[in-house]
Amino acid sequence: MTTWPILSVTTFLPAVGAILVYLLARGGDESANRTARWIALWTTLITFAVSLILVARFDPASTDFQFVEKASWLATGITYHMGVDGISLPLLILTTAIMPLCIIASWRSVTQRVGEYMMAFLILETLMIGTFSALDLVLFYLFFEGGLIPMFLIIGVWGGPRRVYASFKFFLYTFLGSVLMLLAIMALYWNAGTTDIPTLMHTAVPRSMQTWAWIAFFASFAVKMPMWPVHTWLPDAHVEAPTAGSVILAAILLKMGGYGFLRFSLPMFPLASHDFAPFVFTLSVIAIIYTSLVAMMQEDMKKLIAYSSVAHMGFVTMGIFAVTTQGVAGGMFQMVSHGIVSGALFLCVGVVYDRMHTREIAAYGGLVNRMPLYALTFMVFTMANVGLPGTSGFVGEFMTLLGTFKISLPTAFFATTGVILSACYALWLYRKVVFGALVKPSLMSIKDLTFRECVTLFPLIALTILFGVYPKPVLDMSAASVQQLVNNYQTAVTAVKAAALTVQ
Amino acid sequence: MSFSSAGYQLQPVLPELVLAVGAMVLLMIGAYRGQGTTRLITTLAVCLLVLTGVLELWLPAGKLVTFGGSFIVDDFARFLKILALIASAATLILSTEYLSQPSTRNFEFSILVLLSTLGMMVLISAGDLISLYLGLELMSLALYVVAASQRDNAKSSEAGLKYFVLGALSSGMLLYGASLIYGFTGTVSFAGIAAAATTGSIGIVFGLVFLLAGLCFKVSAVPFHMWTPDVYEGAPTPVTAFFASAPKVAALAVFTRATLTAFPGIVTQWQQILVFVAIASMALGSFAAIGQSNIKRLMAYSSIGHMGFALVGLAAGTVEGAQGVLVYIAIYVAMTLGTFSIILAMKRNGQAVEQISDFAGLSRTNPLLAFTFAMLLFSLAGVPPLAGFFGKWYVFVAAIKANLFTLAVIGVLTSVVGAFYYLSIVKVMYFDQPLTKLDPVRFELRTVLAVAGIFNIFFFAYPGPLVSVATAAAKSLF
Repeated sequence: MTTWPILSVTTFLPAVGAILVYLLARGGDESANRTARWIALWTTLITFAVSLILVARFDPASTDFQFVEKASWLATGITYHMGVDGISLPLLILTTAIMPLCIIASWRSVTQRVGEYMMAFLILETLMIGTFSALDLVLFYLFFEGGLIPMFLIIGVWGGPRRVYASFKFFLYTFLGSVLMLLAIMALYWNAGTTDIPTLMHTAVPRSMQTWAWIAFFASFAVKMPMWPVHTWLPDAHVEAPTAGSVILAAILLKMGGYGFLRFSLPMFPLASHDFAPFVFTLSVIAIIYTSLVAMMQEDMKKLIAYSSVAHMGFVTMGIFAVTTQGVAGGMFQMVSHGIVSGALFLCVGVVYDRMHTREIAAYGGLVNRMPLYALTFMVFTMANVGLPGTSGFVGEFMTLLGTFKISLPTAFFATTGVILSACYALWLYRKVVFGALVKPSLMSIKDLTFRECVTLFPLIALTILFGVYPKPVLDMSAASVQQLVNNYQTAVTAVKAAALTVQ
Repeated sequence: MSFSSAGYQLQPVLPELVLAVGAMVLLMIGAYRGQGTTRLITTLAVCLLVLTGVLELWLPAGKLVTFGGSFIVDDFARFLKILALIASAATLILSTEYLSQPSTRNFEFSILVLLSTLGMMVLISAGDLISLYLGLELMSLALYVVAASQRDNAKSSEAGLKYFVLGALSSGMLLYGASLIYGFTGTVSFAGIAAAATTGSIGIVFGLVFLLAGLCFKVSAVPFHMWTPDVYEGAPTPVTAFFASAPKVAALAVFTRATLTAFPGIVTQWQQILVFVAIASMALGSFAAIGQSNIKRLMAYSSIGHMGFALVGLAAGTVEGAQGVLVYIAIYVAMTLGTFSIILAMKRNGQAVEQISDFAGLSRTNPLLAFTFAMLLFSLAGVPPLAGFFGKWYVFVAAIKANLFTLAVIGVLTSVVGAFYYLSIVKVMYFDQPLTKLDPVRFELRTVLAVAGIFNIFFFAYPGPLVSVATAAAKSLF
């Protein structure tokens, strides 16, 4: 169908843009900065446009990987293998869609070393798209880990006062989790003689090895997700990162953990996943309840949203490890929805931060009087964060709870209390910042959303409400792949149970 | 038996002969024409190294053995000799500035590097304990002198002396081990030892331990690493660059050849030693580097750590392990030469600066230099997609296949600790406020840096050639 390597083009277009920025936007003067911004914007827009071709040509009924490209690379069994299915494509589109918004959001707020900033973001985009489209474990690891370098620099160079601490914590936590996964990848390589993901999905892994490999992969993805208790890097990284960095972190980098579970843990180690499911449920429920309570106590807007992200990711892990059609599809949907909503919430914080240079909740109040448009926007995303029916947040949470309910009633029960808690902290934040009398003198002259901010936020409002009312596009895209994943998992688990019964 | 008979051909040693004669000729030129010829001699020395490399590649393919089996040229030797020659030539190019200054101008430097390289080549091809010792001593004696080549500098003299005393001790241990092995097997040739040492009799194991101790000293593996930080810091920077690259290649080569071809029957005996040495080196290299403020000292601990990683591959004792060692050392040489060309480029007002704090804000003043250095540091830390990651991939994949899980897990965990101090340098360059601008970087430094940097960043795009050559080289040992 395709004659040109459309996935590779999508993946490496941003890197080409980064090279263009380096070549054309030299010197630190204002005209160079402007060039850098425009090149970055056009690159991300073109990448987004190319990725839409993927959507148009994607066959949602097929469970196979599509747009497959294969070339020899490192050794026999370790190849350059790219392709997408219904699980990776939504996340890929999320990436390409969020990136232009990040560039626009950084238009005015980043004034120092603009060229380097844009290069870091474009390289990061290449690595993120590559992560979602790699069909070889080593290639995946390359993209997955490579993303640490630009993100480390983004937090460290353009971040807030405690940026050094936050960037080191971010890097070392993630690196520590990932090196263990690397060893598991090596073990899988010797087990199957290849690191080709589609082949590995159909290769039986010995039971004991499944357990160890599952733990090693879990170490990496749990940190990335992040799950309680290894989530502590996230609030620091979010608070210190520049606005667009937080958006990328929340909207896309966190999704790599969930994607990892769906791509590797469940299909490759079904038995270990089954054994560890109660463990994951426990951690998820703790994450949902504990981090929601922590979120209530925050004084920093970004930190509050960061903790709420951990809680929402708890729903994702819970849904995924329920391994029911609704649970996995809900986890998938929740990831996309959270990508849009949390990204937008960080953009909302960025809007007031750019004006007041503080994220203290106490520094605001009564913004509705001067910023009606902002109040409306912020409200939509707050409601979506709470999971109000009609917004995309509701669909994801409802489906994951539904899926888990069939497997583990207590888990679903306790997780549901998280919905109430999320209403507490989100509404509390909204009331403190937006409602009340406008008494603080510093806020008297604050301006409402500019045109540029509307451009970044309104598409996200449209998507939030669209997917809330009509979630079919996302669910349909992933339905076939999710169904196959669940079926394969059930087959593997029942086979072992049947074998155990015959032995008895 | 005449010397023209099959066992004593001169063709396999032709490159070494050319290098030896060439070094003598250059020495004569220098001795008769004086210090004014330093520049000429350095240039000719680089040409001589290139010529030697060409001759090495020109030798007929396959395994050539001469001098009754004590000198072996196989794919393994070819790979590492070329690597050692590249490292030596690059060091000479990096030394141009050092050798052009009146106070440090001496033509003997290049000749000592040549002689040391000759020793390395003999060492890499060594097929018995005698040629191993000869090569090792030729390499080391030249190294002792270059370490102390800055005669008027107390630190340099101290470095040379320290290296000499400890080196002599390690040579003694190595000889003692060799004599024990000879006593218990009745032969010095690796093939003969392999045939005799099928069971780990206590005498052979005893000898093996001493032999390995001597070799560990040369690769600066823990617990024989103590000389490294002082010598790296005290020696002139081009000398340190040399120490960190070419001799490591040769020492690791003989380490690999000796363990794999002379003691294949008692893998379990030396595997435990290597596992311990590798773990200790990786751990010390990672933790001790954290507190360093001098970049050369930090690189010393970094090289200790890297030797630990390379030995992880060797500990596997398999073809994959040998391949891992070869890929690792090749990438390590590239990273090291790149890093040292940056350290050499660190000059303010004609004065070399070597504190880590001197790198502050380099990304503002010299963006390209800082970017290349940052990529080299990420590569040293083993972060993909840079070259250093692939080195780690090959050694650890071999360890996993050999079921050395504990070693592998500890290894990757120490690499995370190691990442911390590499990141600290990136932090200084990118997050801190800039100092005054550096002096313009000299052309030859830029050239070496560009080659090393491009290799390092773009290795992932085309890793095939190096990997396949390393695979062939590793297979030639088995």
